[in-house]
Amino acid sequence: MDREELTAQETALYDRQIRVWGVDAQKRLSKASILVSGLNGTSIEFCKNIVLAGVGDLTVMDDRLVTEDTLQANFLIPRDSDAYGGRSLSEVCCESLRDFNPMVRVSAEKGDLSQSEMEFFDKFDAIVVSCCSLNAKVAINEKCRKRAKRIAFYAIECRDACGEIFVDLQNYTYAQKRSDGTVERHLSYPSLEEAISTPWRNLPRKMSKLYFALRVIERFELSEGRTPGKLSSSDFPSILKLRKELCDAQSLNESHVPEKLFERILHAGSKLHPPICAILGGILGQEVIKAISGKGDPLKNFFYFDTADGKGVIEDIS
Amino acid sequence: MGSDSEAEAIKRAKVLMVGAGGIGCELLKTLALSGFQDIHIIDMDTIEVSNLNRQFLFRQKHVGQSKAKVARDAVLKFVPHINITPYHANVKDPDFNVDFFKQFNVVLNGLDNLDARRHVNRLCLAAEVPLVESGTTGFLGQVTVHIKGRTECYECQQKPTPKTYPVCTITSTPSKFIHCVVWAKDLLFAKLFGDKSQENDLFVRSSDASDLEKPMEDIFERGPDEDPDQYGKKIYDHVFGYNIEAALANEETWKSRRRPRPTFLRDVLPEKLILQNGNLEKSCLTDDLSLSVMPSLGLNNPQEVWNLAENSRVFLEALQLFIEKREKDIGSLTFDKDDQMAVEFVTAAANIRASSFGIPLHSLFDTKGIAGNIVHAVATTNAIIAGLIVIETIKVLQADFENYRMTYCLEHPSSKMLLMPVEPFEPNKSCYVCSETPLLLEVNTRNTTLRDIVEKIIKVKLGMNQPMVMQGTTLIYEDGDDLEEDVAANYALNLDKNLADLPAPVTGGTMLTIEDFRQELKCHINIKHRDDFDEEKEPDRMVLSGWTAPEKVDTAKSNGASTSADRPIITEVTESKVVDVAAAMPGTKRKLSATLERKGNQEVHEVLSVPGNDDDDDDLVLLDDCPEPNKKLRLQHL
Repeated sequence: MDREELTAQETALYDRQIRVWGVDAQKRLSKASILVSGLNGTSIEFCKNIVLAGVGDLTVMDDRLVTEDTLQANFLIPRDSDAYGGRSLSEVCCESLRDFNPMVRVSAEKGDLSQSEMEFFDKFDAIVVSCCSLNAKVAINEKCRKRAKRIAFYAIECRDACGEIFVDLQNYTYAQKRSDGTVERHLSYPSLEEAISTPWRNLPRKMSKLYFALRVIERFELSEGRTPGKLSSSDFPSILKLRKELCDAQSLNESHVPEKLFERILHAGSKLHPPICAILGGILGQEVIKAISGKGDPLKNFFYFDTADGKGVIEDIS
Repeated sequence: MGSDSEAEAIKRAKVLMVGAGGIGCELLKTLALSGFQDIHIIDMDTIEVSNLNRQFLFRQKHVGQSKAKVARDAVLKFVPHINITPYHANVKDPDFNVDFFKQFNVVLNGLDNLDARRHVNRLCLAAEVPLVESGTTGFLGQVTVHIKGRTECYECQQKPTPKTYPVCTITSTPSKFIHCVVWAKDLLFAKLFGDKSQENDLFVRSSDASDLEKPMEDIFERGPDEDPDQYGKKIYDHVFGYNIEAALANEETWKSRRRPRPTFLRDVLPEKLILQNGNLEKSCLTDDLSLSVMPSLGLNNPQEVWNLAENSRVFLEALQLFIEKREKDIGSLTFDKDDQMAVEFVTAAANIRASSFGIPLHSLFDTKGIAGNIVHAVATTNAIIAGLIVIETIKVLQADFENYRMTYCLEHPSSKMLLMPVEPFEPNKSCYVCSETPLLLEVNTRNTTLRDIVEKIIKVKLGMNQPMVMQGTTLIYEDGDDLEEDVAANYALNLDKNLADLPAPVTGGTMLTIEDFRQELKCHINIKHRDDFDEEKEPDRMVLSGWTAPEKVDTAKSNGASTSADRPIITEVTESKVVDVAAAMPGTKRKLSATLERKGNQEVHEVLSVPGNDDDDDDLVLLDDCPEPNKKLRLQHL
């Protein structure tokens, strides 16, 4: 049903947020379709946020079965093995998400997004990936960029007490409100592949070290065929070795990427910290809402948060 | 994060959360997921529909139920076997005394009003329990840590108290839409539908106006045979027409101001349109609060700005509907933002008045926000802030004081940062709350009563709820329910006496000691007698000083921000404030973390300024010829 005005029910429910971003933005949100591939503590925070915001529909994809391990940092799964036993993450999370806002269509899709048909992508205005190998991320990002309609792409990653968000809005034009009037702004985002191919030497000295550490870890997981996020302290020597290789190849001193950072991340293994999930999921939520509504300055193109220094930083790597 | 000692500290911790709303829901969820096992949560509110866009632990079916209890039940579903103790109560209740607070390792605030925050701050200081404070508005938020003796307390930086407006601005010389809203809500609505015995300034006029009419009070009384329709038209013409004409008669007022235009019904709504009005039956609903005149007038979009004619029709229809369908409420109503008819009426009245004074009209949606003090809010900011609160809480539990941080969540990045950490500041030595420095009160002790001091200074400025006042060692006033009759009578007498005439005279050079037992706060005020006060700048005829940080002379070349608040502290809805960074001020012993890249003050200065509400670029503006400078209408707002 296509209606121009928000219903009385929507107006009542969304009153407080309409006062933030306006009715037009809310209408655009209600027509948007979002896909999230890979459900963990961080991406479900995002799911909660986007459902509360009132998008048209949300599709979740994650065929992994619910196990003790997947319960950590997850508030969507009732702790009752009778309820979740033998079912996939997407199925169980989908049910809970529907509860948050009956006006949003939430559905679970089976399969692996990196293998999906191109046409499947066309349904969506924005795609968020998590728990994903580097190759899969790049492949999905490429597919997003090949479609006729622009599909916003986001990758979110949480390790230990820090995390990263990558944003690709391709060519994005929006009206920026300034004190002296409205200005049309045009942003040009690189693809994930392009961004991470930027020679390390060309990056600003004071850049977030997390960027480099995560690139090393990504490569390592890929070359060793490891499930993303399942490293451990025993991998430390091999990681350092890879660090040296990559830094040499990039003509960068390896001390630029501190050992301590790897120590922390590896020691944490697959453990997630709920506060970090909440922070990253919140930032991502805001970004997707901005891109869908066309309102507000979207971040370009990486965001980092680390509890160690408490900063939430935007890095432009293009 | 993530060590075993940390996990132990979390497991053993006993945490108090105050507030189960926007921040509270996110916080309770994150605490439970993080391994906390003993959480107490206080919230006096019940769930409303407008909460559901962000307070995700609640469902439609929970509307009307206790937030604290429903939040608890919801969280136990995904983290069973932990202890969550809900209190559906007001944190200011005497039950929540210092001993109650002492049982906790840390207190986490998720409140939405300054009064409760100050109260909790004082109890935490008295109990010596760390406090993690927070606030959000739209996309902005902050988390601050307060440890007695080590950091600032919540009140070391003076927080802006709710804004008030001089009576004359509201009754005679409005210049902004908000003045019209206050008039419509606190004067007209109150006069028509509220408690008749309450004092109402609706027709206060400057002393020069010629009082040719009979007393205005008669107009508002509806005779038993008076047709509601006629009554409404009469009221309209009086408040928007004759009253303005009378005000115009005073030339002085309008010498340098735009003259308002009296608005009479005959000019706005030609006779035939009035006759066609009616059809109220269309909007019949069983629930009084949902009754509405908009549909019957073809006005379906609350975002639309109605023209003068439409506003006038809403005014008349709403007034008539109140009389016809809600007669029983008339005489006891107070404005409620969730009362649709009240909102419609106030919108219409404010707009008609605005139109007279050449002030831009506003939609019902906007007016409701202003009149109802609505805070705009989204889920994402609350989620981020909750995460940051838990991070600080874990540090507090491990006494990791080197790493305590205040974190600001910004809408526009500053030095690439959306989340900006700052080191906490040292306690303010002149803070009357956490240090024992006395304050100074300049007052005319011969013509100021004790009541003025108690009401305006002690209760409002100092935020004490049940004060005890002593001059030297003599008790001159006590506030409480359990006083004996003769004792209470004695205090009542004292209240009406001028300071110098009290049994223990309060004159220049004496000192008052004020105590609030529940807050365990004691404060000294040195009295300085002054004969004269500037009616414009000092309308209360009292000046309290000594509790802000030393000399901030050239702060904020601003839009008149009168507070010394340094950072975008979100307590209630904030207005445009250009803020400053204290550390750069010479002579203050404050620390500022090197994490803030100091490209000079200017950048942080700009960054921390809170985007303003378009309507309210100025702070309190006192006007000329104010007939009763002592009185101030209070609008619990901004």
